Amino acid sequence: MKILVAVKRVIDYNVQIRVKEDGSGVVTDNVKMSTNPPDDNAIEEAVKIKEAGKASEIVAVTVGEEKAQETVRKALAVGADRGIHVKVDSALEPLAVSKILKKIVEKENPDLVFMGKQAIDDDCNQTGQMLAAHLNWPQATFASKIEVKEKSLEVTREVDEGLETIEVNTPAIVTCDLRLNEPRYASLPNIMKAKKKPIEQISASDLGVDTSSRIEHIKIEEPPKRKAGIKVASVEELVQKLKNEAKVI
Amino acid sequence: MSVLLIAEHNNKELKSFTLNAITAASQIDQDLHVLLMGHNADNVAKSLSEVPLVKKVLHMDNEIYENYIAENYTSGILKHAEKYSHIVCSANTFGKNLMPRIAALLDISQVSDIIKVIAPDTFLRPIYAGNAFATVKSNDNKKCITIRPTSFEAAETTGGTAEIEKVDAAEKNENTKFVSREEIKSDRPELGTARIVISGGRGLQSGENFKLITDVADKLNAAIGASRAAVDAGYITNEHQVGQTGKVVVPDLYIAVGISGAIQHLAGMKESKVIVAINKDGEAPIFSVADYGLEADLFEALPQFLEELNKLNTIQK
Repeated sequence: MKILVAVKRVIDYNVQIRVKEDGSGVVTDNVKMSTNPPDDNAIEEAVKIKEAGKASEIVAVTVGEEKAQETVRKALAVGADRGIHVKVDSALEPLAVSKILKKIVEKENPDLVFMGKQAIDDDCNQTGQMLAAHLNWPQATFASKIEVKEKSLEVTREVDEGLETIEVNTPAIVTCDLRLNEPRYASLPNIMKAKKKPIEQISASDLGVDTSSRIEHIKIEEPPKRKAGIKVASVEELVQKLKNEAKVI
Repeated sequence: MSVLLIAEHNNKELKSFTLNAITAASQIDQDLHVLLMGHNADNVAKSLSEVPLVKKVLHMDNEIYENYIAENYTSGILKHAEKYSHIVCSANTFGKNLMPRIAALLDISQVSDIIKVIAPDTFLRPIYAGNAFATVKSNDNKKCITIRPTSFEAAETTGGTAEIEKVDAAEKNENTKFVSREEIKSDRPELGTARIVISGGRGLQSGENFKLITDVADKLNAAIGASRAAVDAGYITNEHQVGQTGKVVVPDLYIAVGISGAIQHLAGMKESKVIVAINKDGEAPIFSVADYGLEADLFEALPQFLEELNKLNTIQK
């Protein structure tokens, strides 16, 4: 079985986001970038399945600018066998990314495609489901547990009401929740070894996919600020404030 | 223009977030139709028809819709998509799972998680865990939109007399099967719609200690939330998680106990009307969004808090 894992390079989750003054976007210059956190879970799960002898190859793919390659390199360092970097000049919408990934799936013929359930930059939560639609494959989103069976997967999904379990026939798309597993750190020897693993570069324009932008970003602004609060000295004071000042209890 | 909204329900009753989505959808266009896909869900169809903002209910009844499988829903929705300028649903796990599959097959770039309708093609949506707001304009001919339910009031539920039209089901998808659902039943208010939410974090130190939270929740008739750290540590189950990848809540009162206030948690609660933080670390980021901060050991403060609440003559429910 072959697993394709899609990863995205985003601003690190610990970075305090700053909005550009001209309203055109957020500051990314000299800002720490990392792999989108749930994409790390996607890689980890693929590696665990391979370690359990149920997968033969893991291919990591990213769609992004030149430096997005770092994300693929990191995936190689924790256990992916080879990488694909689809180069684009600017950020694409999930619809365009899903079309590019479809081309990669057609080329690679994986049995499973894993990726994070949501990217923490645009918070769209679309790409996996869109890819599943383009391929007419089943989708198991927000996965917190995956059991690999003969020709199917049993996936436990985190939903609003609690947990839901579905069975999807392979080939299938799985989008991963942060609780799926605990991503490992790459060891130094594995980081060195990863440098020798191949990363194929493909230009998005060679794939013959319409990546035009359909959504105009008119303005990016800071959210309204909350007015500064106060510290209370005691529980008694807190309850009085909630009762008589805020009038919420 | 007309809008098609996909209803979320459990075949017995409508999920309350659908009512918030109805309000947002009606701001896009008054000609609002709701598609109800379910099995033996006539009562849900009837209650939808009584929502004054709803102009028509399309009712697709088939056993394949008994459980919500995105693949089955999608083919049913696509049968009707052509007639509508907008297809919308709520941005909870239901809509997040479903809408992109529809959008991709219609070759539409979806607008996710809107918090404001500026014009029928222009919306406000949070990005970067709510640390920036984007005003976006969709240039597709048709729009696929998910709506952050807590950013819109729930629609009125009585007085309407919309027509209910029975429509045919689509074909079944054989590749996805429902297996089971673990739904945690609770008499408490729902986290997404509760007037008061009290949440615990890693500071609670164990699942047993969450009893300190539940005691206060009982007194205030509050819903119980949790930080991701508390859920990851196994103190409480996932459906309580508030944050960027959990639930977004906007209660009148949010009480954060033993929660440091990571960006990802703030994303889920910082629009609450009044925020209280109880934390022994005075430097914790949660204090930066709190209206009332109490720097204290929660193991002392929570029992005292309950005691003070018991002293009050009346408590708003």
